[in-house]
This record gives sequence, structure tokens and C-alpha cells, in this order.
Amino acid sequence: MQFAVSILLSGISVGGQYALIAIGYTLVYGILRLINFAHGDVFMTAGLILVYASASMPLYISVPLMIVAIAALGFCIERVAYKPLRSAPRMSVMISAIGVSFLIQNFATYYTGGLPQSYPRLPFLSESVVIYGTSTKWVTIITPFLVVALVVALQILINKTKIGLAMRAAAKDFETCQLMGIKINSVISFTFVVGSILAAIGSLLYFTNYTQIVPLSGSMPGLKAFVAAVFGGIGSIPGAVIGAFIIGICENIIKGTSFTVFSDAFTFALLIIILVLKPTGLFGEKVTDKV
Amino acid sequence: MSDVILSIKDLKVSYGGIEAVKGISFDVKQGEIVTLIGANGAGKSSTLRAIAGLVKPSGGSISFEGEDITAADPTEIVKRGVTLVPEGRRIFADLTVLENLKIGAYLRHDDLKDDIEWVYSLFPRLKERSWQPGGTLSGGEQQMLAVARALMSRPKLIMMDEPSLGLAPIIVRGIFDIIREIHRQGVTILLIEQNANMALQTADTGYVLETGRIGLSGTGAELLSNEDVKRAYLGS
Repeated sequence: MQFAVSILLSGISVGGQYALIAIGYTLVYGILRLINFAHGDVFMTAGLILVYASASMPLYISVPLMIVAIAALGFCIERVAYKPLRSAPRMSVMISAIGVSFLIQNFATYYTGGLPQSYPRLPFLSESVVIYGTSTKWVTIITPFLVVALVVALQILINKTKIGLAMRAAAKDFETCQLMGIKINSVISFTFVVGSILAAIGSLLYFTNYTQIVPLSGSMPGLKAFVAAVFGGIGSIPGAVIGAFIIGICENIIKGTSFTVFSDAFTFALLIIILVLKPTGLFGEKVTDKV
Repeated sequence: MSDVILSIKDLKVSYGGIEAVKGISFDVKQGEIVTLIGANGAGKSSTLRAIAGLVKPSGGSISFEGEDITAADPTEIVKRGVTLVPEGRRIFADLTVLENLKIGAYLRHDDLKDDIEWVYSLFPRLKERSWQPGGTLSGGEQQMLAVARALMSRPKLIMMDEPSLGLAPIIVRGIFDIIREIHRQGVTILLIEQNANMALQTADTGYVLETGRIGLSGTGAELLSNEDVKRAYLGS
């Protein structure tokens, strides 16, 4: 029983952290039809920025500062690497995204000298708590609630506000959006900023469970979140969240068996199975038939 | 009522070296219905797209209410009161009818209630379907929605790109009734059509576009009785 609770708890927690990254993939894909390969590295950068910022500032300043910096990073990546390619073939934008990913990783390697950086201990989140006889960190308990709250907020943003209306419209038809007077570039920038902020919050939760960050720390969670987004149906927010929870939980169940080494392989095997059986994912875009 | 609000001078539009519009000039006066007719590839849509700012003209000038709007951005042009109902309707299929109307008023920050009531009174069918996704409407209803959406920006000039395309004759008559009704309410209309007969019956002034140039011009009635127009576009 204790064992099951501990596996389930960490599965839900890891799933929630993947979910926050996966939303960034799915939002950007929804609007630009682009897999933003740099997203995982933005996530890693969020961790590194906090490492450096917290060294000279108290956490109540460095955490908000890190979130603002990551929002700015997301904005700049879009403006510099994707916007000039707006009318280029989709493949060019994707290559640009891979380029940004390498650029961030290598810059991080250069800056850190390739040495692992130890992540600051966050008060409260890193404290231990005992649930059903299982000792865990508070972050494990808080993650799912925080994720659900953020997803609800995001849904309200998308379904009830004017910018959300523009995002949904832009996902379908740039040109007609322009005819409505919508500044398409602002909507795209906004989407990147929202996705980056969620990744920044995700990094706080994720790295609390690890003691160190290396420049490649973002690629595995980034890839897994990407798989989660595809699994749930890329472009769909609820899909990305549910996909992420499923992957997080399954991964931890496997880690609890003697097949531990296969936990990552499982995630990617799942991707292959999904692509073969249901390429649009669990909640893939529904196509409204024109009458 | 006879002030020129839109003035096109020597407009040229090209796509990758191919000139679709080869220097056309015409004026649209306040309160008029002006129509451009012509066959496929005559440059009608390109002209409207250039006015709306979706393509940058390769030459010539466009001015609206005396101010130059050549190559301005689409947002700026909508802000000034020029709107385009695009070819093929292009309504947002996943958004509800009401959301489609709201997005038409994207640049406005005032209360939309009166305008929503107003377009619903013009198109009672849309009111019944207010909560349906736009994509579930019939072709004629989608066209109504596209026009209603454009009206939500409170335009001074509304441009329509083939509003009758792909619609049954009875629906087409309905669409033209609406065009006349909008016109009565004081909106200037620039209409392009392949359905030359209906367009010319409705329009005050007509221009015939032939491979990127204006071939003929005159009042709607003059063009309707012109032998060349009859032969080429009216099928008689």
C-alpha cells in the first residue's frame, strides 16, 4: 500500500510537471503549427537563471525575476528565430527551432563551464511531509493542485477573454484574423510568453526534486512533455495535460518494477504506438465539416 | 453624397513577377454601390486584397477619405473603416456565431450590444443560431455571418469578394437584398462578382476588368445594356 501510494504520488507530480511544459508545446503548435524544439531548453534556462539569481538575491525576488526573464526569453526567441520565417515553409521554421535549442544548450554549457549547478533549496516546496506512511516532499503534493489551477486559469483566458478569442481564431486563419484588425504577431508573441511562463513555473517544481542542473537537463523532460502533447492530441490543452499525467504515472509504475531501465523507452514506445494507431492523439483536433 | 471616399490610382499588384493587376484607376463615392466585374483571373480579388492591405501593391496608390493607405497594414485599414468580406466567406468554423460577431468588432472597445442586436435584426437566422459553431451553418448562412461579422467593425466602406459564390439562386437574391439594405443604412459598398447580372442591377457604378485592366465603365444600367458586356458576361 505504502509503495503504491508513493508511486502514484510521484507519478502524478512528475505528470503535472510534464503537463506545464506540454502546454507550451501544444499552445505554440495550435497557433503556428510548429513544434518548438527550444521549449525544453527554455525550461532548463529557467532553472539555471534561478540558480544564478538566487545566489545574489533572496528567493522572493529571484523567483519572480526568473519568471519575467523566461517570458522575455520566449518572446525574443519567437521574434528573432520564428517571425522572420513566417511565410517560409514549415520545415525551415522547425530547423530554426532546432538551431535555437542547440544555441541555448551550448550557451548554457559555455556559461556554466559544463559543470553541474546545484539548484537552490526552495523553502516549503523542499520540506518533507508524511502521507499514508510515505515520506515525500511538499512539491509532490502541491504540483497537481497548482497544475489544475493553472489549467483552469488558462482555459478561462482562452475561452472568455478577447485575446483568447484572437488566439483561437488565429489558430485557424491568419489572414482572416488580419481582416478583423487582429495584430497576428502580438497574438503569437503572447502565446509564447504564456507558454514560457508555464515552463518557468514547471521548472520550479521539477528541479526541486533534483539537486543539480546541467545544460542538457531540459532535453529529457522537454521530449517527454512533447510526447505527452502528441499523446493527448497536439493543439489540445486538456489533451496535453491528461497525456502528461498518464505518462508521468506509467513511467513511475515502471520505475517501481524491475524494468526501471525501460521507463524512458516506454515513453517513446508509447509515442510510436500513438502515431501508428491514432495519429491525432486522444483529443486530436476535431474537424468541423463545412456544410 | 458625392464625395469620393476611396480613390485608386494606377494600382499594380504582382505575385512573383506575374502582374495580376496592371495599373487600374477608379473612384468610389460616398454612399454608392460600386461593382467590379470580370472573369476569373481578371484581377478583381487582387484589387480588393491590395486595398485591404493583405498584399502590398507593386505600384500606384490607394487613398481613403483623402489619406494615403497604400501598403498600410491591415489593422490600420480596418481601423479607418474599410473592411473586406473575403472570398469563400472564411468564417471561423470553431467559433460560435456570436464569437464570430465579436471578433469582427475586435478593434472596438465600446459596448457591442446594440450592434449585435442590429446585425441580428438584419439576419434573424443568425440570432437563432447564436450558440452554434460557425462551421455548422449552411453556405448561405455562413455568407450572412461573414457580412454580419464585417458590419460589426462599423465600416464606412465594406468590400465584398464574390458573396454569391457557390450559393443557390434563391439565396443569392437574399444576399443581394441584404447588400441593398446595408447600403440604405449608409454604408458604401465595393462589390466584386462573377454574377454580373445581379451585380450590375444592384450597383450605381460598374467597372469591367479584363486581364488586369479596366475595359469598360459606366452606370450599372448602361453596362447591363452594353452589347459587349452582354456577350461576354451575361450570356446573351
